[in-house]
Amino acid sequence: MENKTLSLDEQFQKRIDNGENIEAKDWMPEKYRKTHIRQISQHAHSEVVGMLPEGNWISRAPSLRRKVALLAKVQDEAGHGLYLYSAAETLGITRDQLMEQLNSGRAKYSSIFNYPTVSWADMGAVGWLVDGAAIINQVMLTKTSYGPYARAMVRICKEESFHQRQGYEIMLSLCNGTEAQKAMAQDALNRWWWPSMMMFGPRDEDSPNTEQSMKWKIKKKTNDELRQQFVDQTVPQAEILGLTIPDKDLKWNDERGHYDFGILDWEEFWNVVKGNGLMNEKRLKDRNAAWDEGAWVREAAYTYASKQAEKRAKKTA
Amino acid sequence: MLQEKLYEYLLHLGDNSMILGQRLGELCGHGPELETDIALTNISLDLFGQVRNYFQAAAQIKGGDATEDTIAMLRYEHEYKNVYLVEQPNDDFAHVIVRQFFFDVYHQLLLNELIKSKNETLVAIAKKSIKEVDYHVDFSSTWVKRLGDGTEVSHEKMQTAVNTLWRYSMELFNATEVEQWAAESGVGPDLDALKPFYISRVEEVLHEATLTLPEETVFQYGAKTGRHSENMGYILVDFQYMQRAYPNMKW
Ligand SMILES: [Fe+2]
Ligand SMILES: [Fe+2]
Ligand SMILES: [Fe+2]
Repeated sequence: MENKTLSLDEQFQKRIDNGENIEAKDWMPEKYRKTHIRQISQHAHSEVVGMLPEGNWISRAPSLRRKVALLAKVQDEAGHGLYLYSAAETLGITRDQLMEQLNSGRAKYSSIFNYPTVSWADMGAVGWLVDGAAIINQVMLTKTSYGPYARAMVRICKEESFHQRQGYEIMLSLCNGTEAQKAMAQDALNRWWWPSMMMFGPRDEDSPNTEQSMKWKIKKKTNDELRQQFVDQTVPQAEILGLTIPDKDLKWNDERGHYDFGILDWEEFWNVVKGNGLMNEKRLKDRNAAWDEGAWVREAAYTYASKQAEKRAKKTA
Repeated sequence: MLQEKLYEYLLHLGDNSMILGQRLGELCGHGPELETDIALTNISLDLFGQVRNYFQAAAQIKGGDATEDTIAMLRYEHEYKNVYLVEQPNDDFAHVIVRQFFFDVYHQLLLNELIKSKNETLVAIAKKSIKEVDYHVDFSSTWVKRLGDGTEVSHEKMQTAVNTLWRYSMELFNATEVEQWAAESGVGPDLDALKPFYISRVEEVLHEATLTLPEETVFQYGAKTGRHSENMGYILVDFQYMQRAYPNMKW
């Protein structure tokens, strides 16, 4: 018989260990709340900023079918942003506050979106590799401890895997096409491979928060484990396409049962994180412009709604 | 002969949806809030879906190597039959909404007639599209009211957009030869007969939105017959880019 009283923190952790979901109204340690606001909003920001590099090709999509698919994809990402902002709001922060954090540059979003989309093949490579890496990162979040986040992720992951297949299918069409198309596909892979590998974050020895994240089920595997999973999964897909992954050290290791791969350019990684990627400035500028130019619209909608409410109140009075 | 006319008529129908859909596609990710981004993208998706239906039918008529994409993307500027209204730029959200509203009201009236067309393909497409366009009208009318009767700033921006865009509205009802043929042969509606309904519906919503139509308007006509505004070339530069730069390829 255990008669030692557990502290609030211990009780909380016990619930998580038992596989219970934490809900918005439940007690939670302040650090848990803060970490989740940060993580969920970063994820939301990534969805929203991610609309920009792909939105960049909507006007120039090569066929009507591709244009419709791309529109639908970018629309999905806006939907993901919405679910995730709503999940973050359950922790006691408003969407306006979150937008302010993004627009001021204080909040982070996935660095991958600070790379430019310069050819149509990038729509293929982004879907295949970026959505592909995102799924590997996110599947574990469908079982994370915070209920609203976990439920949002279930929906999101389904759509992301559709995006990944769609991206791969774009690559497949290019690789079955003319020399020019195949070259376009190879060039896109050359540019997106390493940035996609960086989506799993710093090496394990440089990620001090992993242990805490595992306790809260924000993470189930380490960054390096996930990165390895991505390589192992993607290499055969590249082979089917007949494309070459731009890593001369890439080689199957029979002993490990995994592919060995080269060292990532961590200097580039930290540079882009710190805001020095090719597109960091432009992405933030676009988000700020959208938000600032939309201010009068949001204000008018708010004013109109209060006017209507007043009218209704007068009628019933 | 008949088929040739029908082909041309399909271009009239498809081009308006296509160029408006293209304009809306430019906005994706740049709107005032996620909800409007989602809604406008959705409208763009609906419009392109309709375009694909129209142009698949057109490609069948044309035969040979014609596809929905060659018809959509490989014409010269003067061969596009869309109206001036839909080529107008996304100057601000007020212009986007008013342009949408002016088109949606017409589009709804048009489709309600096309479901009675003697051409079965058009009936099928119109039946499918009408549900979508009912929602478009709902969306744009609601926003016209919200912004017209919102704040002083929004009211002024909306009135400016109405004043700017109204001059392009009557072209919708100015039948070209092909549209006259469609009306006479029961394939499409008599556009002139729709005009009074259009004006009264527009006025009704504007009135609720505390907005007014400009008193004197010199209407602009010509885009439908291929004389486009300066906007059109730039729209096509983006729209046709891949097909022109990489001809005869599958995507
Ligand atoms: Fe995502
Ligand atoms: Fe997403
Ligand atoms: Fe995605």
